[in-house]
Amino acid sequence: MLGKGIIKGMAETARNFLGSYVSAERLTTVQYPEQRIPQIEKARQFPFLVFDGDDPMKGLRCVACQICEKECPPKCIYIVKSKDKRVDYKGQMQLYPATFDIDLSVCMSCQICVEVCPFESIKMDTAYELSTTDRFGGLMVNKHQLAKSNEHYRHIHPTDAAASDAALAVEVAKAQAKAKADIEAKAKAAAEAKAKAAVITPVAPKPVAAT
Amino acid sequence: MTESLDQIFVTLKHWLLSGFENLLKWLEVAPPDWLMPLVSMVLSLAPILMVFPALFAITTVLERKGLGRIQNRYGPNRVGPFGFLQFAADGIKAIIKEDLVPRAADKIFHFIAPVILVITAFTVYAVLPFGRNMVAVDLDAGLLFFFAVGAASELAVFMAGWSSRNKYALLGAMRAVAQMVSYEIPLILSSVAVVMITGTLSLTKIVEAQSTHAGLLPDWFVFTPWGFMGFALFMIAANAELNRSPFDLPEGESEIIAGYFIEYSGFKFALFFLSEYLSMFALSGLGITLFLGGWNAPFAVLDFIPSWAWFFAKLLALIFLFIWTRGTLPRLRQDQLMNLAWKFMIPMVLVNLVAAALWHFTGPGWMRWLSSGALVVGAYMLLGKPQFESKDIGKRTYRFAD
Amino acid sequence: MTLPFAIIAVLIVAAASAAMTLRNLVHSALAVAVAFGGLALAYLYLDAQFVGLAQILVYVGAVAILIVFAVLLTRGGEAPEKSIFSATWFWGLLITVAVFATLAWCVMHSFASKREPADKVEVTVKQIGDALMTKFVLPLEVIGLLLTAALIGAVIIAMREEKK
Repeated sequence: MLGKGIIKGMAETARNFLGSYVSAERLTTVQYPEQRIPQIEKARQFPFLVFDGDDPMKGLRCVACQICEKECPPKCIYIVKSKDKRVDYKGQMQLYPATFDIDLSVCMSCQICVEVCPFESIKMDTAYELSTTDRFGGLMVNKHQLAKSNEHYRHIHPTDAAASDAALAVEVAKAQAKAKADIEAKAKAAAEAKAKAAVITPVAPKPVAAT
Repeated sequence: MTESLDQIFVTLKHWLLSGFENLLKWLEVAPPDWLMPLVSMVLSLAPILMVFPALFAITTVLERKGLGRIQNRYGPNRVGPFGFLQFAADGIKAIIKEDLVPRAADKIFHFIAPVILVITAFTVYAVLPFGRNMVAVDLDAGLLFFFAVGAASELAVFMAGWSSRNKYALLGAMRAVAQMVSYEIPLILSSVAVVMITGTLSLTKIVEAQSTHAGLLPDWFVFTPWGFMGFALFMIAANAELNRSPFDLPEGESEIIAGYFIEYSGFKFALFFLSEYLSMFALSGLGITLFLGGWNAPFAVLDFIPSWAWFFAKLLALIFLFIWTRGTLPRLRQDQLMNLAWKFMIPMVLVNLVAAALWHFTGPGWMRWLSSGALVVGAYMLLGKPQFESKDIGKRTYRFAD
Repeated sequence: MTLPFAIIAVLIVAAASAAMTLRNLVHSALAVAVAFGGLALAYLYLDAQFVGLAQILVYVGAVAILIVFAVLLTRGGEAPEKSIFSATWFWGLLITVAVFATLAWCVMHSFASKREPADKVEVTVKQIGDALMTKFVLPLEVIGLLLTAALIGAVIIAMREEKK
């Protein structure tokens, strides 16, 4: 009969209307500033730069390779390379970012910068209350504001952070092994050279084996 | 006591009027002829201009809270106690917002369209009886006045849509006008049944015709077969006239953004909302007057409650009905809208007129219930069947992406 | 002639001339609606409540809408670039004046204008209804039958579903 569906629907909405006053579990919404839903671990909002150690500016992992700047779909990252080099966490001499800005109003939280970064230096943060009162300067986030410690990363994304730490440990171990091998090879070469020099004095030094 | 409470507003007006007269006498000013009727008119109209916008303010909050509860949300609950001051925040926002007018717009019509809409929405209140002896202008042709003024609002809607020079606005206006013209026929014809029975176009006389109590039920027209069907058709047509959900095609947010008032902002936008709600109250008031016994109490025992309180109680009940349907039914498609009007409502309303005539000429007794009721129910089954019977298309199956 | 009548008369004449002279068709249509409304006011001013309200309901509510729809569904709704007045306003004015002069001459010389005005009578809607139901019942029924037949005809045309 015509109208049966309407009556059924009206009954359903009436049940919702009255039920929402009776049983609190019907109300799925949360009273936001007072109550908050705990975020899932994979939650992501806005990137940050990871640093190791105590000094944020010295410990930045970023080497200003600009891959993220090129890959960023909305082009919201702006990097200026430094003029000098400094020792990075692997103990190698690297550039560092003199300027690293991300425009909060343009960023779309796609996480591509994180995916492309070969140095585990940019990660996604979970903080979501990012509004400011200054819509020009306040939304341009510089490297001082972006820098957050590795402990913070471990805190917000434990699983990812563990993977990232493991990857870094492998890198560092490789680098150290290589450095050690280099030193040993050098030492060996030097020793051989010395020995050769001792035996046959007038011979040109043999070039160090390329590794 | 009951009598004085019932007539408290009428007495207040007379008291103020005589006070004004005495003041003039005391000042030794001879009032010109036109002054006293003017003052009387102002005293009648001022309460309407205050009460209904206030009711609009409260209704906006109640509607949002009600819709929220229907969808298992809280609704506004921040501004003021339980969020009831939300309307103040909305109003302040609307007033201090920038008033944008498109460069290509027809400036004059763009400006006067909301003004005309609000004026027509207010004007119809002149003939509505809010209580015993409480009607601003007791017109002989009150019902005709109501529909005549209401018809003028269609032109204002069209003006708003056309003058904005926006394709969505124009589409919305075309839809609105087509819809309002189609549904005006069932709206008026369903009221004509009442006019046939009472033999008058005066709204106060229509209310008086329903003031008796016969047996258990009061003599309201809604408690007759034709009256019940008439009331249902009236409310559906009123819903369509008001462009409210499920008939909100002219302003369907998902299709044409806001329809004919897309290019309005700030206070003019608020005026559109004001007029929409004022029309809703007015049409509800007319429905109450025609079918729900106006300001009459349902039982003689309850006569001690003042008549105006009954009117407003019924008004709030109908407002709740509007909110309830809005929270329940999804928007119709354009062809469904026209089908409903032309294939169901108009034939039904014509049959309803015959049922009312049968009721009138059969005379008291069970025969009139039987004949009139059988006609209405039979027509309902017959007309409702072919187009609206849900065709059995089997259980819906879903296919998900792998 | 009283002041309210003068205001109404000026409104009607102004709206009608606007409808005739404006170039934008939608403006003309809306001006016609204003003229209809002015006529209704004139009826109301003359205490003819029923006719005045019916004038608004039928002409402002239906006929004006029909005109507007016709304008929009054809190509006339586009805004003109040049002057706001119609190009043929002069001829329109001329024809109007000629028609008006003829009508005025007829009215002035007619039998009706020589009669004394009747006493003012209060005509209620009830009296109109009674007259329609007794003296003029046949024309009323004929018109009613015709209109209902038209309405049912429209419904039946709408009802017919095209079979595939």
